[in-house]
Amino acid sequence: MYQYDQYDQAMVDARVAEFRDQVERRLAGDITEDQFKPLRLKNGLYLQLHAYMLRVAVPYGTLNSRQMRMLGDIADKYDRGYGHFTTRQNIQYNWIKLQDAPDILADLASVEMHAIQTSGNCIRNTTSDQFAGAAADELVDPRPYAELLRQWSTFHPEFDYLPRKFKIAIIGSETDRAAMKLHDIGIQLVKNDAGEIGCRFYVGGGMGRTPMIAPVIGDFISPLQMVSYAEACLRVYNRYGRRDNKYKARIKILVHEIGADEYRRQVEEEFAHILTLGLEPPAAELERIKGFFEQPGFDANASDELDLSDPDFALWVDQNVHAHKQPGYAIVNISLKPTGGIPGDATADQIRLMADLALEHSFDELRVTHAQNIVLPHVKKADLYAIWQKLDEAGLAAANLDLIGDIIACPGLDYCSLANARSIPVAQKISNRFADLGRQRELGELKLKISGCINACGHHHAGHIGILGVDRKGVENYQLLLGGCEGADTSLGTITGPGFNEDGIVDAVEKATDVYLAQRVDGERFVDTFRRIGMAPFKEAIYAKETANG
Amino acid sequence: MKVITGSDLRTGDVIWWTGEGWSRHVNDAVEAGEHAEAIIARENAKQIVTDTQVIQATLTDEGVRPAHIKDRIRALGPTVRLDLSLKPADPAAGNWVI
Repeated sequence: MYQYDQYDQAMVDARVAEFRDQVERRLAGDITEDQFKPLRLKNGLYLQLHAYMLRVAVPYGTLNSRQMRMLGDIADKYDRGYGHFTTRQNIQYNWIKLQDAPDILADLASVEMHAIQTSGNCIRNTTSDQFAGAAADELVDPRPYAELLRQWSTFHPEFDYLPRKFKIAIIGSETDRAAMKLHDIGIQLVKNDAGEIGCRFYVGGGMGRTPMIAPVIGDFISPLQMVSYAEACLRVYNRYGRRDNKYKARIKILVHEIGADEYRRQVEEEFAHILTLGLEPPAAELERIKGFFEQPGFDANASDELDLSDPDFALWVDQNVHAHKQPGYAIVNISLKPTGGIPGDATADQIRLMADLALEHSFDELRVTHAQNIVLPHVKKADLYAIWQKLDEAGLAAANLDLIGDIIACPGLDYCSLANARSIPVAQKISNRFADLGRQRELGELKLKISGCINACGHHHAGHIGILGVDRKGVENYQLLLGGCEGADTSLGTITGPGFNEDGIVDAVEKATDVYLAQRVDGERFVDTFRRIGMAPFKEAIYAKETANG
Repeated sequence: MKVITGSDLRTGDVIWWTGEGWSRHVNDAVEAGEHAEAIIARENAKQIVTDTQVIQATLTDEGVRPAHIKDRIRALGPTVRLDLSLKPADPAAGNWVI
């Protein structure tokens, strides 16, 4: 893992001191809320429905056990004993007091963490593949490049007041586990026929009120010029992005309005200019960063043998354990989606347990996933049973990864001031309706994603089944979308028709799964069947009962 | 009726204007009357409350009930964690919210 140098630490420490002074001045009445609000947002501190909310950055979702333990301790000391892992691979605390915020940031800084650029119209925390450095299908480890992007984008003065927020994801596998094409910039590290590494830039994707899949803008950019190309992409956006209308201010609107070809032409022109300035980070710096991400000391004699005689353990292994590139090792996915639970929530004790497991069994590493789960990336197969037993005791052994119970849900109207409808109760009801793990496994991979408003923090556009909560004259209403998907075959969901109340949407989801089970052919996922047979059979089934009831 | 609500500057707690000060409990809220904007300006200047606003509510037999679901959830707490709400011991506390 990357470790702060003196510059990183000095910057973060200085930021804590600065914010402490700002908070003191606000509490003393020396500055107004209008003056203070942009300052607190620069430090990830929002005012939500019930309290201040602090969003802590987890760079490309990677943590060590010391950091994870600190997240648990903060939940106990300053919050109400839990944290909420988000679709941005971050963690949020829902019950923060303003007077405590500087101390929390100081505690975070003591373990090389912060909340900088987790809000505002700047480049947000770069996200990545939660299996980076571990996946058997990986071509290139994206973490050094993600770290380079982090260093470049942190406090970048030119991009501190963009037209809107800006999100970058980077992956190094053919399998996209980071929803890369639905980001402002998605970078895929690829290899050409000569074995050289290049960066494929997808630019102008996003969800929100105008979902778009990013087109390829740069097909094969040298990794040593990745930062300059990203800079060119942002400069064109910063120059021409809409600042007159926040709903049209994301880069996806610019790329869509002027067209990918014209946007690419302008980026190439800017890129050529930037290259003449010689501002590219030196190759030695990338090599220095790569040194932090060298392969851990795997046991070359680790066995691939597994005793699967315990049926519950066998189910968990089958569903939640992923292939590792190193023989004798595995990637463990810890689902934060127990039956009827709140997606992404973990108690302080659970957070500390996961930290302990990482220290003992995973070379001191954890990952946060955009699906609101936690990963132990490097686990010896011989340790899996002991880990599973500890997870099971702590309520963390739900064997539902990528099944319908593994629901993504934003905080919704229970916490969020932007939300129009509650997301969590819908997730809980669906989770309970499909509580039978055998039924979930029969349905197979089925990504269900719920957002409580059009901002789409719950990624509903990319759900095989998506749910969008809306406000209909002060009453919660839920629209159903089908056919969304992230990954190599990214697609956007289509609304089925009129919305439902809270119970109705659960019934509608069940009817959609019934259609799938009746119509699927061997090997098809839900989304595959939808793509083959289209919306009509689903729509007919979903709305049939309502019609019959008048 | 119209009531004034805001957030405690220090804690972020939801608070309601009582006519004399601020309360955590929506049932203490009073009709803001025609001087609501003046009250908000005066209270904001004291730097103890933030994000103040006037909202619609109804005075019922059970107490003051904000008109919009978002304000009712603010008044009680998250419906999915009643243990963290203002009435953690009352399993029926959320019934009037939805």
